[in-house]
Amino acid sequence: MTEHHHDERATCRELLKSLSDFIDGNLDESLCVEIEKHMAECDRCQVVVDTLRKTVELYQNIYPAPPVPDEVRQRLFVRLNLDDFLSRRQPEH
Amino acid sequence: MVETAQQDNLSLAAIQAGDRAEFARLVDLYSAPIYRLALRILGEPRDAEDVLQETFIKAYRHLKDFEGRSSISTWLYRIASNEAFMALRKRKPEAVSVDEEISTVDGEREPVQIEDWCCLPEAEFLSAESREHLDLAVGNLSPALKMVFMLRDIEGLSVRETAESLHISEAAVKTRLLRARLQLREELSQYYGERLKEVKQA
Ligand SMILES: [Zn+2]
Repeated sequence: MTEHHHDERATCRELLKSLSDFIDGNLDESLCVEIEKHMAECDRCQVVVDTLRKTVELYQNIYPAPPVPDEVRQRLFVRLNLDDFLSRRQPEH
Repeated sequence: MVETAQQDNLSLAAIQAGDRAEFARLVDLYSAPIYRLALRILGEPRDAEDVLQETFIKAYRHLKDFEGRSSISTWLYRIASNEAFMALRKRKPEAVSVDEEISTVDGEREPVQIEDWCCLPEAEFLSAESREHLDLAVGNLSPALKMVFMLRDIEGLSVRETAESLHISEAAVKTRLLRARLQLREELSQYYGERLKEVKQA
């Protein structure tokens, strides 16, 4: 392993810590620039960032969100003595 | 995710004064996210239902003490996450502590899967099999990581709200969130990487 290669991997590791903030847009401008500069030279990190962003996006957009089953809502309202409000429609999420 | 407008509409004063209709509205507004959270953490619909019921029973009992320093949603999530963790402990006392200290010393594990699967056709992501894998990957997160991921990325809470809901520091939220996302990325990369090979061969 060349010294150069070793240094590069150290940068990759260092940047890993900031990736969550980076994809959320919560990072200082200077650090963003640093990450973007590194990604331009490092395919590995580019792929990690792209797939990390895609991962979060998939969960935010297509992850199934099970609704509360009707009978679960019914039992909940009975338990809370709210049965007289059961007929009101459940809001959509 | 609960819309701010809906939250604002809710009258905390009325609920605290004993307005049952308003309490029923609160229950309907937050049942879905709380049920989802409990279901993901515990895996069993029956257990999730218990958590749902206990959360609102406790909320009702303690409403008078709620001072509004955090938002009502954060307060409810806090009760719900406590209930879920308690249920988990009762069921699997041998499991690692759910409020496990997440080490920040060793840093993050280096990414292993380096496959750019982002370019897969959209239909690949929408398939039933794909959704199943999203679910499986979340199921493999430790409870502590899963809870942070659910609140932040699925329910859309801010880092601060997540920290308040779980009674942990914002730094801990960030560390756990990163770790959860990286673990999910690894697992999804395995699955979608395979899909990519198949699509290319076809
Ligand atoms: Zn790199």
